[in-house]
Amino acid sequence: MADGSTMVVGAPAATSPGPRQAGSMKQLARRRSLAALALCSPLILLIVCLKIYPTFYAVFLSMLDRKMNNFVGFDNFAFMISRPSFQLVIFQSVLFAVTAVILKAFLGFVLAHLMHNIRGRNERVWRGLLLVPWVIPLSLSTLTWWWLFDPSYSAFNWTLNMLGFEDIAFLGTVWNARLSVIAVNVWFGAPFFMIMYLAALKSVPEQLYEAASIDGATAVQRLFFITIPMMRNIILITVLYSLIVTFADFDIVRILTNGGPQDGTHLFATYAFVVGIQSGNIPRGATVSLFMFPILAALAFFVLRDVMKRNKEMA
Amino acid sequence: MANVSIRKVVKAYEGDVQAVKGIDLEIIDHEFVVLVGPSGCGKSTTLRMIAGLEEITAGEIWIGGDVVNDVPPRDRDIAMVFQNYALYPHMSVFDNMAFGLKLRKFPKEEIKRRVDEAATMLDIQMLLDRKPKALSGGQRQRVAMGRAVVRNPKVFLFDEPLSNLDAKLRVQMRTEIKKLHQLVPTTTVYVTHDQIEAMTLADRVVVMNHGVIEQVGAPQELYHHPATRFVAGFIGSPAMNFLPCQVVDDGGLKVQLADGTKMAIPAARVDRYGPYKGKKMTLGIRPEHMTETHDSEKPGVQIMNAKVDVVEPMGMETLVHHFVDGVAVCSRIDPNVHTGPGEILPLAIDMNNMHLIEDATNRVV
Repeated sequence: MADGSTMVVGAPAATSPGPRQAGSMKQLARRRSLAALALCSPLILLIVCLKIYPTFYAVFLSMLDRKMNNFVGFDNFAFMISRPSFQLVIFQSVLFAVTAVILKAFLGFVLAHLMHNIRGRNERVWRGLLLVPWVIPLSLSTLTWWWLFDPSYSAFNWTLNMLGFEDIAFLGTVWNARLSVIAVNVWFGAPFFMIMYLAALKSVPEQLYEAASIDGATAVQRLFFITIPMMRNIILITVLYSLIVTFADFDIVRILTNGGPQDGTHLFATYAFVVGIQSGNIPRGATVSLFMFPILAALAFFVLRDVMKRNKEMA
Repeated sequence: MANVSIRKVVKAYEGDVQAVKGIDLEIIDHEFVVLVGPSGCGKSTTLRMIAGLEEITAGEIWIGGDVVNDVPPRDRDIAMVFQNYALYPHMSVFDNMAFGLKLRKFPKEEIKRRVDEAATMLDIQMLLDRKPKALSGGQRQRVAMGRAVVRNPKVFLFDEPLSNLDAKLRVQMRTEIKKLHQLVPTTTVYVTHDQIEAMTLADRVVVMNHGVIEQVGAPQELYHHPATRFVAGFIGSPAMNFLPCQVVDDGGLKVQLADGTKMAIPAARVDRYGPYKGKKMTLGIRPEHMTETHDSEKPGVQIMNAKVDVVEPMGMETLVHHFVDGVAVCSRIDPNVHTGPGEILPLAIDMNNMHLIEDATNRVV
C-alpha cells in the first residue's frame, strides 16, 4: 500500500507541482486511507468483539466476588495460588506445554529434514500424509486416540499382548495419563512445526552449505553453524506461538481424561471450565484462564523484539 | 599451492545429459587459469567438480599429487568464492573470515593475525564487526575473497565472482583480483562467461563449449591464433566477422566472397591455404582489422567499399555496421573519420590478420 500511494502522489506532482494540485493530492491521500479503514473495518470489528472485549471482560470478571456483586481486586488470584489443587494445575500445565512444545519442535525439525531430502514428486505425497493429523478436527482425532487407549478395546494393549507384554493403563494412572495427553498433543502439533521448518529450510541458500563444506564443516557442524542460526527466527516464533496455543489447550484433556485421574491432568483451560462453568464460579474461572497471560505476554514481547532485531541485521 | 590435473573427466546427469564430456587439463602451480564459455558449456560444473561439490561421473581429478575424486570438499584444502558471495548472514565479517580456521581448530591469536592480515590486504579492516547485510556489493566481494585468502589453501576457485557487480565496480575488482594473485600466487581456477575478464586475468584461458575444451592458451595466443570457429567468434569484442568464401587461384591465391569480390591472400600464407582451393570456407576478420583507409597502405591490405548502415561512436573508436553480400559486418574505425548511415566508406582490410575456417570441420586452418 505504501508503494501504491507514493506512486499516485509522486507522479502528477512531478509534472505540475501547483498548490491547488498539492491540495487535491492531500485529499486523495486522505480519501485513500479512509477507504483502507473502511475496507479493514469488518476485521477490526470482529477482533474488537471476539478478542479485545472478551479479554477485558475476563479481566473485569476475575476481579469480582463469587456473586459478581463486589469488586475484590486481586483476591481471586491470591486465593488460587494458595490452593494446592491449583498449584498442581500450574505444574501440570507447565509440564504439558513445555514438554509437548519441545517434543513437537524436535520432531518437526527432524521430519522437516527428512522431507527436505526427499526430492521430486514423493515429497508432496509425504508432506500431504504428514499434515493429516493437523488437518483432522482435534476433537475427532482425540476420540480415536481415546479408543486406542481404552482399557477394554485398546489397540495398543492388544498389540502389546500379542508381543507378550502386559497391559498398560494408558489413562488409568496419573503419570501415564499425563504422558498420553502429551503424546496426543505432539502427534497433533508436530506437522505444524514440520511445515514451518520445511519452509525455513528451503529458504536457506544452498551455497551457504557449499561454502561451509569447503570451509571444512562436517554435516553436524553445518547443522549447528548454518542451519540452526539461519532458522533461529522461525524456531523462536513457532515455539512462542505453539507455547501460547498449547497452554490454552482444552480439547485433548477434556475428551481423553476429563482432567483425571485424581485431577492429575487438568490444564488451565479445563480447570477454568470446571471451576467457572461446572461449579458456577465465573470470577474464579476467569482468574484461572488469565493466569498465564502476563507471563506469556512478557515472553512474547522479548522474543518478538529479539526476532525483529535479528531480522534487521540479517535479511 | 599445488598442481591441479583434470584427466578424462566426465559429468553426466540423469537422462544421459553430459555436461562435461571427458576433458583433460593440466594446471600448474601458481597458475591463474580462466575457464570461459557461454552458459551451459560446462565451465561451472568443471569448477564444482574440482571443489568436490559435484560428483565426477568418470575420470580423475588430482590436486597436489592426490586423486581427490572421493575426497569431500572440506578435505581438499581449497577455497572458493561464489557468484553471490555466499557469506554467512548471521556472522560478522570477522567470523565469516575466521570460520574455516575455527573449524580447523587454529589457535585464537593465529586466527586473529591471519584475518587482520587479509583484511589489511583487501582494505576491509574497518568492516570486521559488520554483518554482511551492512556491506555493499564490492565490500561483500572483498570479504568473500578474504575468507578464501585466510585459509591459505592449495587452490583458489572463483565461480563468476564479478557477475553481480555493476560495470564500473567489476573493472575495479578485476584489477584487485589480479593484484591479489600477484601478492598471493596460489593456483587459481576462475570461471566466467565474460571473455574480457578471461583475457585480462588469465595466465592461460580455457575456452569451453558444449562440455568440451575448444582451446587452451595464453590470452594473446587465443586472440591471434584461434583454433576453431567458436574460439574465433568468442574471443574478441566486438566479435570476429565471418564471411562465406572460396579460395581461388586467379593469378595468385585469392579469397573470393559470395558476391564475387576477390581479395589477395598475403604471400606468407599461400602455402598454408593452397590445399583448400575450391573448398567451402569462411573468412574470419576482426573489426579492428577492417579500418578506415590511409594514404599509404602496407602490403596485404585490400580496399573494400562499404555502404554504412549504423554508426556507433564509442569515444576512443567508432563502430561501423554494414553488409557484405547480405552478411552483417562490423568495422572499427578512427573516431575522427566522419561518416553516416547510407554513405559509402572505403575500408582497408588487413589480410595479414585474416583467418580461414574450413566449414566442414569448423577449424581455423
